[in-house]
Amino acid sequence: MKYLVKLVVVTFAAVLSLGAISTASADKLKVGFIYIGPPGDHGWTYAHDQGRLTVEDQLGDRVETTFVEGVPEGPDAERAIAKLAETGHKLIFTTSFGYMEPTLKVAKRFPDVKFEHATGYKQADNVATYSARFYEGRYVQGQIAAKISKSGIIGYIASFPIPEVVRGINAFMLGAQSINSDMKVKVVWAYTWFDPPKEADAAKVLMDQGADIITQHTDSTAAIQAAADRGIKAFGQASDMIHFAPKTQLTAIIDEWGPYYVARTQAVLDGTWTSGDTWHGMGPGMVVMAPFTNMPESVRQMAIETTAALTSGKLHAFTGPIYNQAGELVVEAGEVAPDFPMLATMNFYVQGVDDKLPE
Amino acid sequence: MPDLIIASVMTMMTAATPLMFAATGELVCERSGVLNLGVEGMMLIGAVFGFATAAVTGNAPLGLLMAGVAGLLASLIFAALTLSLLSNQVATGLALTIFGTGLSALVGFDYVGETIERITAIHLPVLSDLPVVGRLLFGHDPLVYLSLGLLAGVTWFLSHSRWGMILRAVGDSDVSAHAIGYPVVLIRYAAVAFGGMMAGLGGGYLSLVYTPLWAENMAAGRGWIALALVVFANWRPERVLFGAILFGGITILQLNAQAAGVGIPAAFMSMLPYIATIVVLVLISRDAIKIRLNAPACLGRPFRAER
Repeated sequence: MKYLVKLVVVTFAAVLSLGAISTASADKLKVGFIYIGPPGDHGWTYAHDQGRLTVEDQLGDRVETTFVEGVPEGPDAERAIAKLAETGHKLIFTTSFGYMEPTLKVAKRFPDVKFEHATGYKQADNVATYSARFYEGRYVQGQIAAKISKSGIIGYIASFPIPEVVRGINAFMLGAQSINSDMKVKVVWAYTWFDPPKEADAAKVLMDQGADIITQHTDSTAAIQAAADRGIKAFGQASDMIHFAPKTQLTAIIDEWGPYYVARTQAVLDGTWTSGDTWHGMGPGMVVMAPFTNMPESVRQMAIETTAALTSGKLHAFTGPIYNQAGELVVEAGEVAPDFPMLATMNFYVQGVDDKLPE
Repeated sequence: MPDLIIASVMTMMTAATPLMFAATGELVCERSGVLNLGVEGMMLIGAVFGFATAAVTGNAPLGLLMAGVAGLLASLIFAALTLSLLSNQVATGLALTIFGTGLSALVGFDYVGETIERITAIHLPVLSDLPVVGRLLFGHDPLVYLSLGLLAGVTWFLSHSRWGMILRAVGDSDVSAHAIGYPVVLIRYAAVAFGGMMAGLGGGYLSLVYTPLWAENMAAGRGWIALALVVFANWRPERVLFGAILFGGITILQLNAQAAGVGIPAAFMSMLPYIATIVVLVLISRDAIKIRLNAPACLGRPFRAER
């Protein structure tokens, strides 16, 4: 009897494990996504997930997508990415800066899998990088803030001192200075992408210190909600957060990843995928501004005009003369800051930012 | 400047409140001799169930109630394992933390991104409008007052009531208490349940008042800080108040210092609350005799009824 039971159990286990071995679907291309937070953050990861859904929408008959959420940047990331590669995914999007090294490591082990790393700067034969010129949106925000702020102090909740975040602060400042050269930006480094209580704390602290506009480079809606509680206007981040702050959101920078994701997936399907770096802004539609709300009509018109100018390429956010914090001229008058190396590896503040950049 | 100080103090109190809830509960639990390391897990369970209830019913105070109930039920699992089945308290507590973290993430999956009407600060007609004192004393949200009230209640309970004395006796010498005839295991169950309820309330505070959001792992280690605070306070309730305000204060202070442009590196400032807790703990632990005098003598030891 005991022998029979053992036999049944072993057979059962064998059958289960056979079934669990992933057999690559003969037809459908498997595309994987690694998220740093939950799609429900209604911010950064939400936008990427919308991109993924667009891929399913347009290419669903030939593609199936998987996503893994809440993967911390670090050793765990390597494991998660490798898992996707091992289970037949041929195109993997890793959607956070901190996945750079893990992605490269896994890419070495799986040369026939294509990787797309968001906001990174290291490529390989099978690793492409992509990012959006969010800073263009920051420039518009800066202008709006300068027009609306009464105290002249903006509160900026920053995450990690990486070039992307520094670009954002600088572009914001330049936009604000184009309207009012005395604007002050107070920066708090939260050292997290997603920690709602901490983001709420940071917002409260900035408001306590006199900021009457809040903007953020963190991923949740906690800060804008904390600001809304006190009637302070704020900018949403990565997705339209108007639902969470209907009376106080001015606008939000929306990341439109859909078209890019579809294009890259199509490239893999067609066999035309090559590595490279893509850095699109408003022009190609990768950065979109949420409707301008809760502001006077004149400010709204200005914002629309600036957005149009940035989209058409008539205006570039980093147009000289630009001075750094030490007062040195880093971009000549009339010139535009070069993508490489200045913008891509930006590690200095422009003049007027009241903060010391952490190492 | 005075405005900034008042505002900072207000924010500090809200930062300290979840710690006060959790630490007060854990204090009672530990005074009865049970070491429950599952505070972080219970806080998260409280946070998610509280938020889910508020999101579904639209009633935030009901959500808070459910948060307490959820924390209580979670702690009863721990109690059953350690008090009736005599499992190792440390291991079971850690297991509860891991369980709580995972369960809350699972239950909360559908609620990420939802928002609720949060519980707002009170406003008393004349009192809240007084120049300085008004906001500081009468302008907090109801839970701040609740946490202070509960802390005061526990202080009185432990030192001036008969059952408080019995609880302490159970924690100091369970064998003697049992010999006198007190129901040791029952008292410990009650203490653990109270600790669980308080931890649940602390978690509920995070998701219902602090930020009207649920996010995975949103307690972010506050449960562990609360545990440290109980030791830091030498198991005395009035010191729990001091410790919670200190930790909450430093958390807010470091953000304030960053915003004000004080030159200290931001990464260091981020570490400050945790370093301060460690430093204080080390200082307190220097005097081993004092610790032994104040710690419940039976802390962490399982109780087997002889007869």
